[in-house]
Amino acid sequence: MAHIDLDRTAHEHAAALRAGEYTSVALTEATLARIKAQEPALHAYVTVTDDLAMEQARAADARLATGETTALTGVPVAVKDLLSTKGVRTTASSRMLENFTPVIDSTVVARLNTSGAVTVGKANLDEFAMGSSTEHSYFGATHNPWDLERVPGGSSGGSAATVAARGVPLSLGTDTGGSIRQPAALCGILGLKPTYGRVSRWGVVAFASSLEQVGPFGRDAEDVADLLQVIAGHDPLDSTTADVPVPDFKEHFGRGFDGLRVGVPAEFFEGLDDGVRGPVEASIAAMEANGATIVRDITLPTAKAALPVYYIIAPSEASANLARYDGVKYGYAVTDGRSAEDEMSRSRGEGFGAEVKRRIMIGTYALSAGYYDAYYLKAQKVRTLIRREFDAAFEQCDVIASPTSPNVAFRMNEKLDDPYSMYLNDLYTIPVNISGNPGISIPCGFSEGLPVGLQLVAPHFQEASLLAIAHAFEGVTDWNRQAPPTLG
Amino acid sequence: MSLTTEEVRHIARLARLALSDEEVERYREQLSGILDHFEVLNDIDTSDVPPTAQSLDQSNVTRPDELRPSLPTEAVLANAPRTEDGYLRVRAVLD
Repeated sequence: MAHIDLDRTAHEHAAALRAGEYTSVALTEATLARIKAQEPALHAYVTVTDDLAMEQARAADARLATGETTALTGVPVAVKDLLSTKGVRTTASSRMLENFTPVIDSTVVARLNTSGAVTVGKANLDEFAMGSSTEHSYFGATHNPWDLERVPGGSSGGSAATVAARGVPLSLGTDTGGSIRQPAALCGILGLKPTYGRVSRWGVVAFASSLEQVGPFGRDAEDVADLLQVIAGHDPLDSTTADVPVPDFKEHFGRGFDGLRVGVPAEFFEGLDDGVRGPVEASIAAMEANGATIVRDITLPTAKAALPVYYIIAPSEASANLARYDGVKYGYAVTDGRSAEDEMSRSRGEGFGAEVKRRIMIGTYALSAGYYDAYYLKAQKVRTLIRREFDAAFEQCDVIASPTSPNVAFRMNEKLDDPYSMYLNDLYTIPVNISGNPGISIPCGFSEGLPVGLQLVAPHFQEASLLAIAHAFEGVTDWNRQAPPTLG
Repeated sequence: MSLTTEEVRHIARLARLALSDEEVERYREQLSGILDHFEVLNDIDTSDVPPTAQSLDQSNVTRPDELRPSLPTEAVLANAPRTEDGYLRVRAVLD
């Protein structure tokens, strides 16, 4: 068998597959072998789906022989274990769903399957996507490939870690408050949160419905664009998808930085570590040196309030969404209780982990009689102000640049006992979920050997602009081509 | 702002979460601390500002009311902890 270079990007694999250099079966076998070699150190997966992957690889090879292919045909992809997969257990990394096997595919997984991609497994996450470190998984934490003593970020930590470690070239995550962008930053890869409404949430285990989106991880802008192209677009099964045209997400590649107005709001540079500030400022300077105009007089004063707004809105929506886990229809169930209520309360008390219960408690409190106006309604009004400030800022600039996270990957267990310090990790990503704008994190340097991410935010539905800037940035730097130490 | 043990137990009851005494005490402390961080919202003037429930400018999306096959009962019930004759079985909720 020909040697296969697994450090290649998805588009390089796709070209090799079309050229007949190797088959998808051979690529998938090699990929599964590498994942298994890495898993003892990394623990990026809840479930590796060998048999399904090999079956899809054989189908992809047959399709490659006909020439009727897509950019992803035969290419291995991992999906966050929050996305329903028909016949493959979908756990949300919760004891509650440890033995849950969906009877449907989520729309994004169905679209992946239609593209001919090979799904190799279900990636680990913080339980129900609640967390910023992937330590809140019932199945154990995922480790950061750059330093195994540190977290990969979260909640999509498994999806990020396996791409950073060159286990797979592409993966899908979800982002409710930064859960794609923050782990992308902490693992030194690209991660994109699409505009709210760009990608279907049908079949995604629900956490905070007005904030979350499914999005791609990859190691260059072209790969991220190719995966977004497959999953984006209106879905009749999700009435919150926007019925707007889906552009070619690579249509602006080659445009460069000339004439680009990059907004740099001071509010997004407060409370960050110096080790992060340096690479982010250097990246902004690099864009300026290559033709961009830096706009420093934009201001988003209410963005600072986005964190409390988020920690009212997201838990409120979660407390409603997670009411479905009642020990009756599916999921963890206590069946020897004294009464229906006793069984339901114990099923939930034992089936949910500490962070999930904490957020259900916050949300239930915020929505309870007497507090609705003071918390939930107030948060929704401040949400309007944040949205307006982004809209106003985009009259002066084309894109907003900031750090993705205020710090690099932190040590495991460091923030587990202090929920609010964990929440602060998402200080710069959360405003973007509140406003619904698209955002991307791209690798922009290192601090003491750990990756730093640059966040770029664009007006609604302008993901193609973000990807063009990421592509141009790859032309003038090589941060996205740095690899962590070899594992396994 | 400091929550009382009784308030925490009341919220847990509303949420149908059976919590141990240790959990009640831990959440009492942590939730009180988190609620303190919400205070900054009181300093923001939102008079005459409408609430935003979600960021898309669309509402009342409908579809034609057409008959469609539903998911097969047997497949759906395969995930249920207790079933009987094609139904979900639950404990009696009325005495």
